[in-house]
Amino acid sequence: MAYNFKEVMERPDRLASGHRMCAGCGAPIAVRGVLRAIKPEDKAVICSATCCLEVSTCMYPYTSWKDSFIHNAFENAAATISGVEAAHKSLAAKGKVPENYKFIAFGGDGGTYDIGFQSLSGAMERNHDMVYVCYDNEAYMNTGIQRSSATPLYADTTTSATGKASSGKTQNRKDLAEVIAAHHVPYVAQTTFIGNLKDLHEKAEKALYTPGAAFLNVLAPCPRGWRYEAEDIAEICKMAVETCFWPLFEVENDVWKINYQPKNKRPIEDFLKTQGRFKHLFKKGNEHLIADIQKEVDHRWELLLKRAQ
Amino acid sequence: MAIQDRLSGNEAVSIAIKQINPDVMPAFPITPSTEIPQFISQFIANGEMDTVFVPVESEHSAMSACIGSQSAGGRTVTATSSCGLALMFEMLYVAASNRLPITMAVVNRALSGPININNDHSDSMGARDSGWLQIYAENAQEAYDNFFQCMKIGEHPSVQLPVMCCQDGFITSHAVERMELIETEKVKAFMGEYKPEHYLLNPDQTLAVGPYDIPQYYMEHKKAQAVAMENARAAILEVAKEFEAMTGRKYGMIEEYCMEDAELAMIIIGSSAGTAKEACDELRAAGVKAGVIKVRVFRPFPAEEIVAALKGVKAVAIMDKTESFSANGGPMGAEVKAAMFGKLGDVLVTNYIYGIGGRDVKVDDLKSVYDKLAEMVKTGKSPEHYQYLALRD
Repeated sequence: MAYNFKEVMERPDRLASGHRMCAGCGAPIAVRGVLRAIKPEDKAVICSATCCLEVSTCMYPYTSWKDSFIHNAFENAAATISGVEAAHKSLAAKGKVPENYKFIAFGGDGGTYDIGFQSLSGAMERNHDMVYVCYDNEAYMNTGIQRSSATPLYADTTTSATGKASSGKTQNRKDLAEVIAAHHVPYVAQTTFIGNLKDLHEKAEKALYTPGAAFLNVLAPCPRGWRYEAEDIAEICKMAVETCFWPLFEVENDVWKINYQPKNKRPIEDFLKTQGRFKHLFKKGNEHLIADIQKEVDHRWELLLKRAQ
Repeated sequence: MAIQDRLSGNEAVSIAIKQINPDVMPAFPITPSTEIPQFISQFIANGEMDTVFVPVESEHSAMSACIGSQSAGGRTVTATSSCGLALMFEMLYVAASNRLPITMAVVNRALSGPININNDHSDSMGARDSGWLQIYAENAQEAYDNFFQCMKIGEHPSVQLPVMCCQDGFITSHAVERMELIETEKVKAFMGEYKPEHYLLNPDQTLAVGPYDIPQYYMEHKKAQAVAMENARAAILEVAKEFEAMTGRKYGMIEEYCMEDAELAMIIIGSSAGTAKEACDELRAAGVKAGVIKVRVFRPFPAEEIVAALKGVKAVAIMDKTESFSANGGPMGAEVKAAMFGKLGDVLVTNYIYGIGGRDVKVDDLKSVYDKLAEMVKTGKSPEHYQYLALRD
């Protein structure tokens, strides 16, 4: 079905307002965007890893979640929702609960790329009928901006600090969507907040309504960790895509497809300069550091182009 | 008619699970409990049960999936041992605080390191403060009988807590014994249907599980959990009574053996209780007033029952099949001494670490403990320090 912005935006919110997430944070945008793709008549059980999202949306005795919600621990959102899905399979077969449930897990990059990686890999391989959504803000933001395996090269974090002897994180980021695609699950996609959120919506809808395991990696900027003004989030996401730092792509039944190819690929500076975490790269004499990042972005973009041929 | 069979402890527990036919079983193999998920997988393959088996990639995920499944409204079981239980450690506390009556077959094995696959109680004793009930079996029959009771106690409306159904690795789990099975129809009637009050998949009422708990509420929630553990005492006895009515087999918090007039007593848990009874019989034949207190339930701790059973005893040996590295004895030693404090001041006490890492525990070893107790009575002194039994020089 063609994307109808008005109809989609008019769907009742499944994450209530009044939660405690920061203004300008990408996580609730990702959550609302994904949940809007659930047909209003369908039910859902949602799991969140321990993270900003969880502590800000489900503080006893309140919850922002209009669907059933479970938080278990940091590293096991995938295993937890797989248990919920297994119980549903069992109980629905006995006619004890309705069929029309969706199972969604949310985790930050810490709970997904790193500490929760094994649990995620296991759940994907078992191909539970579930969607795992990583809201990737490229560091452990909930504990105070520590580097993760999703943190890009030379980013300043509290455990890849910049100083006289350091220019930030010395390693490149892990490509998690690619790793999950190697599980050969029915659907994997990478997206962020672009334009009228069509890309996010369509990918969430596919992920939700494709039987079996699906994985969405959503670039979700963090104003505290990336150091930007709340109102700049849309521009930052746009630059992430226009520079090919964060390409929009999907892997459907092992077929790779790039959803957007910029006509004029912008230089990586256009993304880096929007954020305080890369401020040190623009000091005189650090041009080679930006060149390193550009090289890596180009290299990965080339790889993706080859895959999607 | 009850069914006579020859089964190992693992087979017995697997048959119990088949007869219950729970909704979900997430599990990961680890010696010596591996046979349990293997048997269940085969029963499902044979069409003998329709439990959804989730072959997770680790024990951490096994317990995580159990929490998801039981929260969703599914009756959920799993099985593990040793390092597997240790890997679940974080999630054990969550399962208990979420008040989820998951039933777990624990086949006790020593924790690494050094790595060792044989029996002791370091795994479940390490998890003794996780908020789970712990019920220990002496033999395969008890492991089988306890499994039904564990689930029913955990699901009791006044309890709603997870339960570990423990048996000794290899000694009980792999040794084949003659035993009696219950007819499946009777099992089904005894267990009833699992009908949680709140669950994630309730179409009429959504539920939020595992919220962030702030200091204004955390203590009250922990107190509620402690009250549930208190309530478990009555539930254990209520379920035991029902079980006795069905099978004729009697269970309690503890089992007293020759304790009516005992002067020298041994407090012991698990399969070694059988060895202790044999030692006791031999000593009784020689005119020694020996007795055995077998601890069946370790959580909640049967403090009152033990104190009552020790009335009239002159010396007691508390046996721990684990080290706790407190430099002051084992966990059972600490618990029993705390229970006795101010109530049984004149009873001489010693605490032994025995049989760890699968060290064989012979009748003569346990008889030597009674010799020690007799010597304590003669000198009127308790040893200053806890001791290791049958330690090689």
